[in-house]
Amino acid sequence: MSAEAPPPPHVAPELPAESPEWARPLPALDEAGREFWAAAARGELVVQECPACGHRQFYPRLACTVCGATPGWLACSGRGVVHTFTVIRQNHAKPFRNELPYVVAVVELEEGPRMMGNVVDCPVEDVHIGMPVSVEFRQADEAVGVPFWRPAAR
Amino acid sequence: MTTSASRTPVIAGVGLSDYPKAPHLDSVGHHVQAMQRALDDCGMAKADLDAYVGAGGSHDFRVDDAVTMAEYLGINHRWIDSTMTGGSSFEFHIQHAAAAIRDGQCEAILITYGSDQLSKMGRMLGTGGFARSRERIPGPMQYEMPYGCTLVGAYAMAAQRHMHQYGTTPAQLAAIAVGVREYAQLNPSAMYRDPLTVDDVLDSRMIADPLHKLDCCVISDGGGALVVTTEERARDLRQRPVYVLGAAGAQTHWNISQMPDYTVTAGSLAGPRAFGQAGVQPSDIDTIQFYDSFTITVLLLLEDLGFCGKGEGGAFVESGALRRGGQLPLNTDGGGLSASHPGMRGLFLLAESVRQLRGQAGEAQVPDASLAVACGSGGWLSCIGTVVLGQERPS
Repeated sequence: MSAEAPPPPHVAPELPAESPEWARPLPALDEAGREFWAAAARGELVVQECPACGHRQFYPRLACTVCGATPGWLACSGRGVVHTFTVIRQNHAKPFRNELPYVVAVVELEEGPRMMGNVVDCPVEDVHIGMPVSVEFRQADEAVGVPFWRPAAR
Repeated sequence: MTTSASRTPVIAGVGLSDYPKAPHLDSVGHHVQAMQRALDDCGMAKADLDAYVGAGGSHDFRVDDAVTMAEYLGINHRWIDSTMTGGSSFEFHIQHAAAAIRDGQCEAILITYGSDQLSKMGRMLGTGGFARSRERIPGPMQYEMPYGCTLVGAYAMAAQRHMHQYGTTPAQLAAIAVGVREYAQLNPSAMYRDPLTVDDVLDSRMIADPLHKLDCCVISDGGGALVVTTEERARDLRQRPVYVLGAAGAQTHWNISQMPDYTVTAGSLAGPRAFGQAGVQPSDIDTIQFYDSFTITVLLLLEDLGFCGKGEGGAFVESGALRRGGQLPLNTDGGGLSASHPGMRGLFLLAESVRQLRGQAGEAQVPDASLAVACGSGGWLSCIGTVVLGQERPS
């Protein structure tokens, strides 16, 4: 690629400094998603709620998937249950290959929408469908917090 | 279908390029070799082709995108389709091609695919990771990539949910791989031909719970080509035409975190439409060629297309119906689980269906096969395309 070539279109310019500890892929901070990651950086979990029809959705979009209106934001409790999951035992990609085995789950939030995440702070054998989990956040950089899930306190 | 007899859509020619490992061919080379073999198969001249379909798939400067391939192959098309739904693209292509033929948009359509992924990239695609460390991810995948889900892991989450809801067992999933391997033993080109038992599958390494290594398809090179034309044009060609009796596709999501119900695919929408067009029932079908990216893929498609009830797939597999000598033989070329999986396998499902309906399957021939279903799954159980093919013209 020559020096004059434009950067790949998905790379946002002038990104904040990345945390040296965070080696995983990062969000590109697009128009729809920036607020979600920023909220997580403040320790808040948010999903979208449509002011027109009330539909709640995740991931964030510029339009409601039901009626097409512009969605607003809804603060969530940070509690949910494991809807389904897997234990990843082989992944050759860095940095995940150094973290095996780990749990990837789809968590159903109390508010309704589902999101993918990792269930941490417990043996992988303990994770099961229907397991109550609560959110915690890890800081990827100053603009990006990333939700993780741990067993909910009894 | 109310179509004039002359414009009834048929698959007239089929060609597969060298597989499972073909270091002498690059992706475009697979397209070309498959085209040459398909034209030779049916006896049509390349100059008679007036339409082209391709899904691309190679990411190097779009070398095999539909428009690039049409130029490269020298097809001055008057109808083109570049639908890309992942592995099921080719079932969607047949849906579109059949409509175009009926409509009179074109007379002879070439569909091609090719991949050199094994020779070029090796065998870690399923768990090689989609993104680099600290790569900035745009779009919906930014909400998945930070968590290290693999391709296998995505399908594993569907399997886990099916086991939870319906009591499906790992041994039932394994039985799918065992049955397909029996057919691979009859295919000299199949990647794996050793006998396989349920215990072999269950003893193989766990990749992403509950899917073992042998619940996963192989990674191979390969390509294929189809010629779709009118029944009338096919009368002058070499092979007995295979009729497109029904073809339908549907999508429920793209990314795995968005799957509405992890136990139900869009096959539940596409299947009944394709059967309805054909005027047949699942119980009428003689052989099925289903996308077996993973054992769970087949199980879900069986249920969603109505070959058994929802949640009954495990017992249906255990009945032996899908094995050689059973009532509904599955993947008679050895499938993706044992024979070949060059990135996107949907064209192979159609090619094998045609081979069966022509009675050219040799030792793997299903006796008296007159109706076959090819069902492709693309993405992450996302886009399902179903094609009903028959030996006889639609009534």
